[in-house]
Amino acid sequence: MVKMLFRDTEWEVQAGMTVRDAILKVGLDPQAVLPVRDGKLINEATILRQGDVIRLVAVISGG
Amino acid sequence: MKCRKCGGVAVINMRHHRLALCADHFVDWFISYTQRAIEKYRMFGDDDQLLVAVSGGKDSLALWDVLSQLGYRADGLYIGLGIGGDDGYSAASQFKAEAFAEARGLTLHVVDVRQTYGESIPELALTTRRRRKPCALCGLVKRHIMNRLAYEGGYDAIATGHNLDDEAAVLMQNTLRWQTGYLARQAPVLPSVGQRSLTEPRLARKVKPFVRLYERETAAYAIVRGIDYIYDECPHAVGSKTIFYKNLLNQLESRSPGAKLSFYLSFLKVKREGLLSVREKALELHDCQNCGQPTTAPELCAFCRLWQRMDSG
Repeated sequence: MVKMLFRDTEWEVQAGMTVRDAILKVGLDPQAVLPVRDGKLINEATILRQGDVIRLVAVISGG
Repeated sequence: MKCRKCGGVAVINMRHHRLALCADHFVDWFISYTQRAIEKYRMFGDDDQLLVAVSGGKDSLALWDVLSQLGYRADGLYIGLGIGGDDGYSAASQFKAEAFAEARGLTLHVVDVRQTYGESIPELALTTRRRRKPCALCGLVKRHIMNRLAYEGGYDAIATGHNLDDEAAVLMQNTLRWQTGYLARQAPVLPSVGQRSLTEPRLARKVKPFVRLYERETAAYAIVRGIDYIYDECPHAVGSKTIFYKNLLNQLESRSPGAKLSFYLSFLKVKREGLLSVREKALELHDCQNCGQPTTAPELCAFCRLWQRMDSG
């Protein structure tokens, strides 16, 4: 499994799918988050590996 | 996905540019793209002294980083708004801004609203007669302090981290209500106002070097460069209209890559062509009797009226 973290929320998704598909699967907009693995930015076509922990960084800010 | 420049592993794919880049080439591209915007909109020159409005967030710190790397003389200004108390949002964002400046040997001016004027922004919002939203007061107070510091410090321009998503969201709000006055004034460069002389503008020029960069790109730049910025959103911004419009525009962008960029650049084009010309009344400016900043009001400017109301209870 792969762990996806966004703010205080955590999901588990299957390994083998792309980051973009995983972001869509957890109900987020790929335009509005950036995926980070081991502190490094990764592109949306990256295939998730078993045991990955992906932190999703919110992109949108502003009042 | 491979970097178009070197074939290495890409860290970002910018669908609107059909461009995927590795970390190093993304940083190069981002800096060069910012420089092109500075030149295209004639924001400032090599000799200008800049004051960067720094919030501790990704956009302003990324901007300060880029301007410094490009060799511009850029100092920072952090305005302590007092949001969230002694260990809340403002305190955390100030810490990020100070740590950034210290690590790079940059000059950061800090103005604490409460220490300087007696009330923090949330306190001010509670005590004004109409119990205004903190965001409206925040903008007024920040604009005044930025202008004051720019004027007193002899800065040629104030640089803000407004990105394309910020501009597109404002544009959408103003377009939906056909607020022609606001539309006429929205631009990558806001010229100085009320010049005392050619070298001493009373309201400094304001420039937005990230105006053609997506918010996603400024965030990516901050992450790739290892900039430690505040991830948390201002608690008063949660559920704001700007965020609502940004989400709408992102839905559009998902279906049609480049939609946000096209929306904004087309707006600038039609403005240049005069299709949005608005007959504005010539503003008659006076010096505020208290602070001296230009104002359309006959006696005190909006900022000084705000604090006068506080003093009179």
